Amino acid sequence: MQKISRDKLIKKASNLLNSGIVRCVLGWKRGEFDYDITPNVFTTEKELIDDFVWNDFCGANLSKYLVSKTQGVDGKILVFLKPCDTYSFNQLLTEHRFDRERAYVIAVPCEGMADINKIKQITNEGISSIEFNEDTLSISTLYNEEPIKIAYDRVLSERCLNCKSKKHVVYDELLGDDGEILESNRFDEVEKIEKMSSEERFEFWQGELSRCIRCNACRDVCPACTCEKCVFDNPESGVENKASANSFEEKLFHIIRAYHVAGRCTDCGECSRVCPQNIPLHLLNRKFIKDINEFYGEFQAGEKIGMRSPLIDYTTDDIEPNEAVNRRDS
Amino acid sequence: MQRIGVFVCWCGSNIASTVDVERVSEALKNEQGVVFSTNYQYMCSQAGQDLIKSAVKEHRLTGIVVCSCSPRMHEATFRKAARSAGINPYMVEIANIREQCSWVHKDIITGTEKAIILGKAAIAKVNLNAPLIPGESPVTKRALVIGGGIAGIQTALDIAEAGFLVDIVEKKPTIGGKMAQLDKTFPTLDCSACILTPKMVDVAQHEKIRIFSYSEVSSVKGFVGNFDVTIKKKARFVNENICTGCGACVEKCPQKKIPNEFNLGMDNRSAIYIPFAQAVPKVATIDPNACNMLKNGKCGLCARVCTAGAIDYTQKDEYIEEKYGAIVVATGFNPISMEKFDEYAYSQSRDVITSLEFERLTNAAGPTGGKLLRPSDNKHPHTIVFVQCVGSRCSVDSEKGKEYCSKICCMYTAKHAMLVRDKYPDTEVYVFYIDVRTPGKAFDEFYRRAVEEYGVHYIKGMVGKVVPEGEKLKVQASDLIENKQLHIDADLVVLAAAIEPDKSARGLATMLTASMDTNDFFTEAHPKLRPVESPTAGVFLSGTCQGPKDIPETVSQAGAAASKVIALLNKDKLLGNPCVAHSNEEICNGCSQCERVCPYGAISYINKEFKMPDRSIKTRRIAVVNPAICQGCGACTVTCPSGAMDLKGFTSKQIMAEVDAICR
Repeated sequence: MQKISRDKLIKKASNLLNSGIVRCVLGWKRGEFDYDITPNVFTTEKELIDDFVWNDFCGANLSKYLVSKTQGVDGKILVFLKPCDTYSFNQLLTEHRFDRERAYVIAVPCEGMADINKIKQITNEGISSIEFNEDTLSISTLYNEEPIKIAYDRVLSERCLNCKSKKHVVYDELLGDDGEILESNRFDEVEKIEKMSSEERFEFWQGELSRCIRCNACRDVCPACTCEKCVFDNPESGVENKASANSFEEKLFHIIRAYHVAGRCTDCGECSRVCPQNIPLHLLNRKFIKDINEFYGEFQAGEKIGMRSPLIDYTTDDIEPNEAVNRRDS
Repeated sequence: MQRIGVFVCWCGSNIASTVDVERVSEALKNEQGVVFSTNYQYMCSQAGQDLIKSAVKEHRLTGIVVCSCSPRMHEATFRKAARSAGINPYMVEIANIREQCSWVHKDIITGTEKAIILGKAAIAKVNLNAPLIPGESPVTKRALVIGGGIAGIQTALDIAEAGFLVDIVEKKPTIGGKMAQLDKTFPTLDCSACILTPKMVDVAQHEKIRIFSYSEVSSVKGFVGNFDVTIKKKARFVNENICTGCGACVEKCPQKKIPNEFNLGMDNRSAIYIPFAQAVPKVATIDPNACNMLKNGKCGLCARVCTAGAIDYTQKDEYIEEKYGAIVVATGFNPISMEKFDEYAYSQSRDVITSLEFERLTNAAGPTGGKLLRPSDNKHPHTIVFVQCVGSRCSVDSEKGKEYCSKICCMYTAKHAMLVRDKYPDTEVYVFYIDVRTPGKAFDEFYRRAVEEYGVHYIKGMVGKVVPEGEKLKVQASDLIENKQLHIDADLVVLAAAIEPDKSARGLATMLTASMDTNDFFTEAHPKLRPVESPTAGVFLSGTCQGPKDIPETVSQAGAAASKVIALLNKDKLLGNPCVAHSNEEICNGCSQCERVCPYGAISYINKEFKMPDRSIKTRRIAVVNPAICQGCGACTVTCPSGAMDLKGFTSKQIMAEVDAICR
């Protein structure tokens, strides 16, 4: 359960709204279900009190919304950012996607977010309501008399189990206490895939990516995907709406996307969170991050504003192109 | 729809012997857009070009594919032919079926097959070609020469003689460079100063030349014909317009224990100094790290003795901004540090010296007045060992020295050995070498004279160790021809230290966006055909900044660089290369990734207002390419995640069409 209370967030946002410091508030509200929490713009205290949500399902990274919400209108926008979201915020600023002055960042400490798919594996479908307790969640479903109690850490999402940082790298105001950058095991899964034979690996990705329905949710949610016109929407690009000639071509969407965000991906994990087919897309990005770290030294996109990604930088110490192949083969 | 003509060249038998040209021109006839296809013995000949021109008229061609040699050879030829036939020159594509096909294949079947595929790719590209028109930019008729050694001096003089303004920026207080420190010059043994100083005077007196001595280039912006350069004129605490160079201040200065850089620290100078008698400009400079007045406000003697009133302790660094049309890099070289070569005991004995130090020891203006005396005890040395290739021609994995040959050492060592034997016949001189390399006019004769007439002991082999012992230097060496170990008790050991580019060159290269090799030598646009031009337009190379050179080579390269500069400055307007990047502002995000990879600094950003479909105005940051700076390398096009950047003449679509044609 989140340590910081919803009331505290609402109070902070209301104060800033009422004093005119911010024009609106980027936060979360309930969607169709209790666990279906979705980004929303709030403009009054009443809206906040009625609809604002802060709980273990507020996984959505709000930083990307600043790109569109700061356009065309004046005034500051309050945005609530969890530690991992602040990296995306910095990366967007590095790429000049919005004006820093237009955002008022409230840093919210995060205890990790729940994964509804893990919950459903325990409770099955038909979840009607969710109650948050100290260490457990009480889930009421249509098919059970009694609510099912689940220990919180059993349903923590993968990205939160492998949390890389509880520290906010940017904020205007901090609620509660800030955390530290963590040692995480986020590359363990990548290593497992690396150890596969190329046939096994192909098989693995074939299995995962063949489920893709090209809903574009991964792209639409990705804070690194803020192009004015995505190559997949641009008839001039040669890859737009191309009927796939075979089952492999569909994978190219994900491979092209991984290349496009390489060196810019902060590993926020939103792609995997929103995938309706539960494809572990973050593993593609993590492979790139791992390689970048190994080839060019530790690099965390979004750690600072204006950082130069190793992929668009040149130093005399850069490894030679064949080195990557040599290391793989040895 | 294009109307394409295909012209397959035999190149005599160069292509025709391994490529069935008849079959190629026949096979390409049916490609999309092709209305005419033929082959001819020499397409680049006048008759060949006429063939193209008449085909353009006869078949109303809009595009041309020439299957011939590398575009480096004759692209310009065929573009000119196209222009004279009324077609935009950029509607011509070359399929290289010689260097990349006929020359590398022995079998006519595979050679022909590949030539057809290469032709198809070029046709696929021409189908998507669009006429391109180069932009124009004006030329600032002034040149900047960075470095005032013999290379910079000669380049500046040659440019000035052609009537253009030249500024020389020299970081030391005087121009002259390394040549001013040398004693005699090979192979004619004329005195270095005697031939250099008249040129220095010429520079000083030339009405078209300005010298910024004790100055450095601090920033370079702009592009060929239009460079904006900031020059940092370091405070020398002497008004150089008033100083007469009389030297009274130097004499009176109480701080006289400063190692003299000009004599490589083998004697001392005062805190206020003039590097040498013929310095240009002949004005004094105060060393701020040594001057008592500047350090703690106590002294002021020089100001008191200066009758001209030139001393100014309050002088500050001055920044001068100037525009230039061309920049010549002439930053020169230095001997490498000997610290990694302590087997020769350079740090242990003052009598182990480098060859440049030896030059000063034998120079009449040097610390010993030209008498060859050992630095340690001022005694005349009777046995001298010269060690060649110290830090030159090291193995690839050696972390001590350079892989390359420093080129000048064999000759100057022969000179040193000969001069010693000439002046002091009682001295035994040994030269240890790997090879003696003497290509050059009258060079080998010079070296042979040292061996045959002057009795210098040339020994093939390397010195393993030098150990100072009492007054002697114990030299252990191997004689590879006699296959034995040698032990020589030497009085003086002279190390032919490798030369390396001046340390300032690396920073300068970054400012100029000029490329360097792994040794920090500037790279030339083409090693054979464009040896004095840097790949960055408007930046030229003179002297050892480009590679090891002796004086005659340096002077000829300096003249060559000058002639390139003159040709550039002589133009009123420059035609750009139209194959430059451009950003599709509808798609560009302004994310700055392209700006970061651009090696030329050609990309900047503007905020532009866009009318949206709902009639609202949206202000977006977008990338703008300066076509005069862009060199068309394409780094930005592959970096742009949304594909907003594209390269004219090499669009992503064209390249994909070529790939598709090859894979078909």
